[in-house]
Amino acid sequence: MDIRYEKNRLTAYLVGEIDHHNAAAVREPIDQAIAKLRPPRVRLDFAAVTFMDSSAVGLVMGRYRLLAAHDAALEVVNLSPQGLRMMQMAHLQTLATLKQKEEIRT
Amino acid sequence: MKYNKHTLINQMKLMLDSRSINEGFARATVSAFAAQLDPMVEELTDIKTAVSEAVTNAIVHAYPDTTGKITLWAGIYVDGYFRVMVKDQGRGIEDIKLARQPLYSSLGDERAGLGFAVMESFMDSLRVRSTPGKGTTITMGKLIKGKRNDS
Ligand SMILES: Nc1ncnc2c1ncn2[C@@H]1O[C@H](COP(=O)(O)OP(=O)(O)OP(=O)(O)O)[C@@H](O)[C@H]1O
Ligand SMILES: [Mg+2]
Repeated sequence: MDIRYEKNRLTAYLVGEIDHHNAAAVREPIDQAIAKLRPPRVRLDFAAVTFMDSSAVGLVMGRYRLLAAHDAALEVVNLSPQGLRMMQMAHLQTLATLKQKEEIRT
Repeated sequence: MKYNKHTLINQMKLMLDSRSINEGFARATVSAFAAQLDPMVEELTDIKTAVSEAVTNAIVHAYPDTTGKITLWAGIYVDGYFRVMVKDQGRGIEDIKLARQPLYSSLGDERAGLGFAVMESFMDSLRVRSTPGKGTTITMGKLIKGKRNDS
């Protein structure tokens, strides 16, 4: 997973399958970067995610809680149709910005 | 479309240890089996996601501090009906109605409490049978429309 910080925005480019088995491995580097940089905006990019289940929703909810404590904003982009549906089942659209498509990474 | 849920034409059965590394294996296996029905990509994703939820629940909730056995069964019926069963012999569920409620989770940490809601919305049917102290059996069904009706 690649993590970039530019223009006060931290972007994590998630890759592969996100399930209960590997959620912790995705979470740890993101949380380390957040703790170190205290970014005002965080973006989770799901473009390279090939599979996700409710564990990924738990991951987004957990990052939301962490960021809300610092008044930072969360954005989740490039979700699959099913991914967006699962995030909406948890009402995450009221807490974060959810998008199916975002500009292609350069 | 008419279908008969009772005419089984093919089936598979698999026993797994309740180790989280098997979550990916379980959903990939069921998905490879379901591929016989020539499903659309979205239908396969629905099945994979639902199986991942049920198997993860058995790993996380049925056997919280031991390694137990999970039995995975899948069947293909005439006219494209697909059924999958995930069975454990773990702790069981006290209150199934409460457990099935969206956003309910007995574990606080990072669980969204969405597993049953996802199984219900991604599959056509979901049945939960459970006995505290004995185990839980999840049965899900879905009619695969597949590429057969594509133009
Ligand atoms: N196989 C099982 N054995 C025992 N308890 C279970 C089992 N499956 C589910 N449960 C109970 O039902 C609750 C709801 O399950 P559900 O999958 O909807 O949410 P979750 O697993 O807690 O969170 P998420 O699936 O979003 O990570 C669980 O918290 C657990 O208490
Ligand atoms: Mg679950």
